[in-house]
Amino acid sequence: MKFVQNLFDATRPAVTTGKLKGLYPLHNALETMFFVPNHNAHSGAHVRDAIDMKRTMVTVIFALVPALIFGLFNAGYQHHLAIGQIESGWANFWTLENAMYGALKVVPMIAVTYIAGLAIEIYFAYRNKHAVNEGFLVSGLLIPLIMPVDIPLWMVAISTAFAVLIGKEVFGGTGMNILNPALTARAFAFFAYPTYMSGDKVWAGLSNVDGVSSATALGQYATTGSTDYSAWDAFLGIIPGSIGETSTVAILIGAVYLISTGVGSWKIMFSAVLGALAMGLVFNGVADLMISPEQQSYLAVPFYYHLVFGGFAFGAVFMATDPVSAAHTERGKWIYGFLVGVFSIMIRVFNPAYPEGVMLAILLMNVMAPLIDHYVVNANIQKRLKRAQTVQA
Amino acid sequence: MLNIHLFAQRLMYLCAEIFAVMPNVHSVRNGLDLPILGAPEAIVDGHLSASVYAVRPSDFRGLAPKLAVKEGDRVLAGDILFTDKVNPQIAIASPVSGEVARIERGEKRKILAVVLLADSQTSYRSMPAGTPANREDAIQWLLSAGAWSLIESRPYGRITHPEAQPKAVFVNGMATEPLAVAPSVALAGREEDFAKGLQVVGLLSPRTVLSISANETAPALTKASGVEIHQFKGPHPAGTTSVHINRISPLNKGEVVWTLNYQDVVVIGHLARTGNLKLERVVSLCGTGIAKPRALTAVAGAHLETFLSAEMKPGAYRVVSGSVLTGASVGTTGYLGYYASQITVLPEGQGTDFFGWVIPSFGKWSISRTLFSWLTPSKKYDLNTKQHGEDRAFVVTGLYEKVFPFDILPMPLLKSMWSMDLEKMEQLGAYEVVPEDFALCEVICPSKQELQKLAEEALDLLYTEMN
Repeated sequence: MKFVQNLFDATRPAVTTGKLKGLYPLHNALETMFFVPNHNAHSGAHVRDAIDMKRTMVTVIFALVPALIFGLFNAGYQHHLAIGQIESGWANFWTLENAMYGALKVVPMIAVTYIAGLAIEIYFAYRNKHAVNEGFLVSGLLIPLIMPVDIPLWMVAISTAFAVLIGKEVFGGTGMNILNPALTARAFAFFAYPTYMSGDKVWAGLSNVDGVSSATALGQYATTGSTDYSAWDAFLGIIPGSIGETSTVAILIGAVYLISTGVGSWKIMFSAVLGALAMGLVFNGVADLMISPEQQSYLAVPFYYHLVFGGFAFGAVFMATDPVSAAHTERGKWIYGFLVGVFSIMIRVFNPAYPEGVMLAILLMNVMAPLIDHYVVNANIQKRLKRAQTVQA
Repeated sequence: MLNIHLFAQRLMYLCAEIFAVMPNVHSVRNGLDLPILGAPEAIVDGHLSASVYAVRPSDFRGLAPKLAVKEGDRVLAGDILFTDKVNPQIAIASPVSGEVARIERGEKRKILAVVLLADSQTSYRSMPAGTPANREDAIQWLLSAGAWSLIESRPYGRITHPEAQPKAVFVNGMATEPLAVAPSVALAGREEDFAKGLQVVGLLSPRTVLSISANETAPALTKASGVEIHQFKGPHPAGTTSVHINRISPLNKGEVVWTLNYQDVVVIGHLARTGNLKLERVVSLCGTGIAKPRALTAVAGAHLETFLSAEMKPGAYRVVSGSVLTGASVGTTGYLGYYASQITVLPEGQGTDFFGWVIPSFGKWSISRTLFSWLTPSKKYDLNTKQHGEDRAFVVTGLYEKVFPFDILPMPLLKSMWSMDLEKMEQLGAYEVVPEDFALCEVICPSKQELQKLAEEALDLLYTEMN
């Protein structure tokens, strides 16, 4: 501890006045990671809450850990299952082989995301003369978790760079972005490299394996109107899908942690679930009106299944709740969340090009969030104006 | 039959209670009572004696001082030290009698303080005692006595202009700021002055509102006559004038209200009774840096050095004139503020925290549940001045609302203040707030934004543009 402090003290002159000036944001970011600096309140209130941005962000990272760990095992499990090495069943799930396979795939992805993203963040911190913001700590873990396990690392790097540059920094950096950076990365990969982001191969590391496939539940629904996977398996998470999205249980643990710490907005999560259920119910009601039998059968899927299949749970808990890109007003959060749920299921069921709708639904609502806020804020303004008029009358 | 009759009568009484009395009881749900150690004992024990006093123009928001005295002049308590350049009627009186020792100046010869060497026995500039007859008399009487600075006006929270026509006067009979002295303690023995003061204040506007705590027991407050009494319950800021106005008669554009603290009413009452402007208040000497936290009497502007050297524990402490939320750091050699009713001494933060942002710690306090302090809601902490993190952009939303009990959207208002968008500020309720209303938001902000400073600058600009 003392040794680390000495190290930072010894290197500080070099980055503040010396030749390595450009490295100051990096030095500062590392030092403040090791030691919360001894800044004291210098204006306004003289005492401050012990929470800061770092603790807020690390809370989200903790909440992601169950989904991440499950994703590691599931990646290996789906791969070994597809190539016929193991039988299906829980006995073959929590094995070292599965974990090793998953780790070898996922850990490099996480490393690449952080290196690519943080390099850009640190550059902008240097360029704009501010400290490195912590927001990317979360984005950097979210990005690998919403990618298929088989995506090449360079695509991850480019998608991340795109997300940080175009999704965030051009708007002014952390706190100013319109779109969720992690979803921006996924959307970029989805449209730039569609063959690596969908299909039957990418979810279980089968790109180089011929003759076997591993389709996602939603992929099956979109083509045949039914799926081989049970809702129970989907709830527990032993189905193919993006790394972090499959286990509703693991995501729920994260959701409980986020809500209990007060870091994630329960309003958004709850209203997103309501929206999804409402849309599912409507589809159940109008299923008979569809023309093709596949469509009829997809619309007739019990409405609550939509919560456990695909990325809905992950999106509602970790993506839609990003406070910067969500609605900022409390009333707006209800509307925003509800519409995220509605559009997720609508796109999922109706758009043949996108088996999953959560990503586009949240990005769409990210764009709409300022509009929702505008109306909520305007209602407050109108109320005040009306009060003034009553007094004058 | 008889029973039904009785029942109907009871029901009528109940309805009368609900419709006639209940409108004057207000519950504040959103807010926060800071869990801070160092509360004062509920007795008034002693007097803060000092031989040097100072009046600092920075205590008066928006006032540009024009000196009325020069170094070496002799003044009486109640004599004018300086006036406002724009409104010369607004004059600041000396709290003590003695000699003007020096005028402290800063950059560009800005006046920082008028320092006075006090006589051992205060002599007052005597005013005619007695209650003024009407509004005009009352205003003239307060102006000529040098007591006008005790009346603040909203919007903007500045000393009011005598020509303004307030729709109401709000007297604040509460103290919910952290470690404040309860009004019942501070008013004990001063009931007569308080009642007299209310009489004078009652002349100033068609409506006089006295806000008291729902748990208040002091008859001086609960049985105050000639005023409309409203009760408030809930955590801080339930006891702030902004909340009272917001709940009772919210300010619309173009409207003005005048506000006073109950201790200022005592000063005015004393003036009416004796003819002497005695700027003495019951002050809370509090915080963990004080050996024996308690209430005591103190005259505005008192030099704290000699007194505190006997009262403070050894160590690195910050001396605040006022509360931890809204006070000013004055240092151990500083002066008590002109309006201050608290001297808070709290520890300065020391050193860095090794991985302090991730290590779970039981000794730290947070309103969020990311630390463990929520498990022990009644535990109090020796809070220090540590910022616990660095300045960051706004990220988290929905947090300020938890401690901001107004019908105002705090984040949009603060953002309009940030971008200095005057029209938006006006629409979003800037007239209904003073910078201090954002103190709790500032405390809990994970991005460590300086919100009071932001609001102060924005309201100053709004004032300049509107007047």
